[in-house]
Amino acid sequence: MIKLNAKWASYPYIVWMILFTVLPLLLIIYFAFTDRTGAFTFDNIEQAAAYLPTLVKSIYLAAIATVICLVFAYPFAYAMSRLSFSRQKMMTMLVMLPMWMNFLLRTYAWQALLEDNGVINSLLTSIGLSPLKLINTSGAVVLGMVYNYIPYMILPLYSVMTKIDKSLVEAAGDLGAGFFATFRRVVLPLSMPGIISGTTMVFVPAVSTFVISGMLGGAENYLIGDLIEAQFLGNSYDLNCGSATSLLLMVVVLITMAIFNRLDSEDAEEALL
Amino acid sequence: MTKKGKTLSGIYIALMMLFLYLPIFVLIVFSFNSTKGYSWNGFSLQWYKDLFSNELILSSLVNTLIVAAAASVVSTILGTGAALGVFSMKNKAAKNAIKNVTYLPMLSPEIVMGISLMLLFSFAHLSGGFASLIIAHVSFCVPTVFLSVLPKLRQINKNMYEAALDLGCNPQRAFFKVIVPEIMPGIITGFLMAFTYSLDDFVVSYFTAGNVQTLSITIYSMVKKRVSPEINALSTIMFVLVLLVLLVVNVRSIKAERAREKKMMRL
Repeated sequence: MIKLNAKWASYPYIVWMILFTVLPLLLIIYFAFTDRTGAFTFDNIEQAAAYLPTLVKSIYLAAIATVICLVFAYPFAYAMSRLSFSRQKMMTMLVMLPMWMNFLLRTYAWQALLEDNGVINSLLTSIGLSPLKLINTSGAVVLGMVYNYIPYMILPLYSVMTKIDKSLVEAAGDLGAGFFATFRRVVLPLSMPGIISGTTMVFVPAVSTFVISGMLGGAENYLIGDLIEAQFLGNSYDLNCGSATSLLLMVVVLITMAIFNRLDSEDAEEALL
Repeated sequence: MTKKGKTLSGIYIALMMLFLYLPIFVLIVFSFNSTKGYSWNGFSLQWYKDLFSNELILSSLVNTLIVAAAASVVSTILGTGAALGVFSMKNKAAKNAIKNVTYLPMLSPEIVMGISLMLLFSFAHLSGGFASLIIAHVSFCVPTVFLSVLPKLRQINKNMYEAALDLGCNPQRAFFKVIVPEIMPGIITGFLMAFTYSLDDFVVSYFTAGNVQTLSITIYSMVKKRVSPEINALSTIMFVLVLLVLLVVNVRSIKAERAREKKMMRL
């Protein structure tokens, strides 16, 4: 190791992170447990607990979206990792390209497709079928989540799969393992770090979204993100109660990540980078 | 893989690509439609004309670029300094504490980041504006710079630095002659990632921008109104721009790789 004497160079960063990352998160806790006058109270938490059904619905939709992402991304990442090197590079670029487009525009694209007078329904009516109710359904919200976040599942899965030693798969075959046995005993355990980081990278933004549910879900699919947005910038303005709701969301996210990180901590961190 | 397996996986890849690109292509096609709505009524460039005479969009584009430039420069300076500092620390506990704090903004939901900063700014009586927006953007950009520079420092060959010292460089000169060139790729990657994160951000900006309109915020207010064909035109332009940038970067990296291979061959 080179010996540098530059500890001081990190001090501005440390100050910055304390001021603008740690302190704001502590402020959420402070606001969650105080009322408007600054006195300690549990009222906000109690009020936030009344929104539990909204939270449960968010977790439910985000979980479905995460599972769908995993089921579709897994074989895709596997197929990608078996392509020739130059094709792999091209596919990685193709998967990342939509991600680089503003995600509001991507969600708007689905709005355009699913709307009552949208592309799909115009096509249906033009061939003489009756239009379908597509937008403002839970299905549309899940679809929006899957579409926006599936690259976050594909890329970590793909990056662990390229590292799987092909000779291990061949050895399993030589030793008499069939397709499913090879998958279950060799490929799946080796790709676990990718599954874990992909799952957290899809679930966390999905459970806390307010844009996707707002644009594709309508009034019936009001999620925890929409609630927090309304409490901070919308018509149910209440910073204290909003902080309590956010705290609730944070706890859910932390629990999810703790569960997944217990499964495999160091490898997941590697795949995330 | 068997031949049948290859065809099957080819079909699967094609279907997934269709899913990823169909919505974007629909937007592109309808950006050239002559009427509002989603039935084809003939070719026109009207929505592009409307888009470019829309002053709100143009001024938001300028705001977005100002914020992204400022936030990525500040993040690069802070993040590179942090990587150098942490690299020279010997105290394991302090190192780990800093790393854990670094993961915080990357792992917490964006909406929580956004509202926590909003609370801070309202607590400090700093109303939304360029300052708060740039502070917020630096806060979520700086960890990526830190994490892309740190591994480069670890990879430096210790002998090179010592050789520079043996050959008469003082530590400062050795630092600029050996360490800076070695970590440069990490700094550049970090800077570019910070810049794109900042450009692309909506959620954090939404809660901290106050009255400053960035492109994402303007798009959000347009998108809420449903069918607005200028958005289709904007999507098309952005898609083509991103496509061009990625193509240039990819072609360059492939060329660089080939050049490196040739060099290796000669050696």
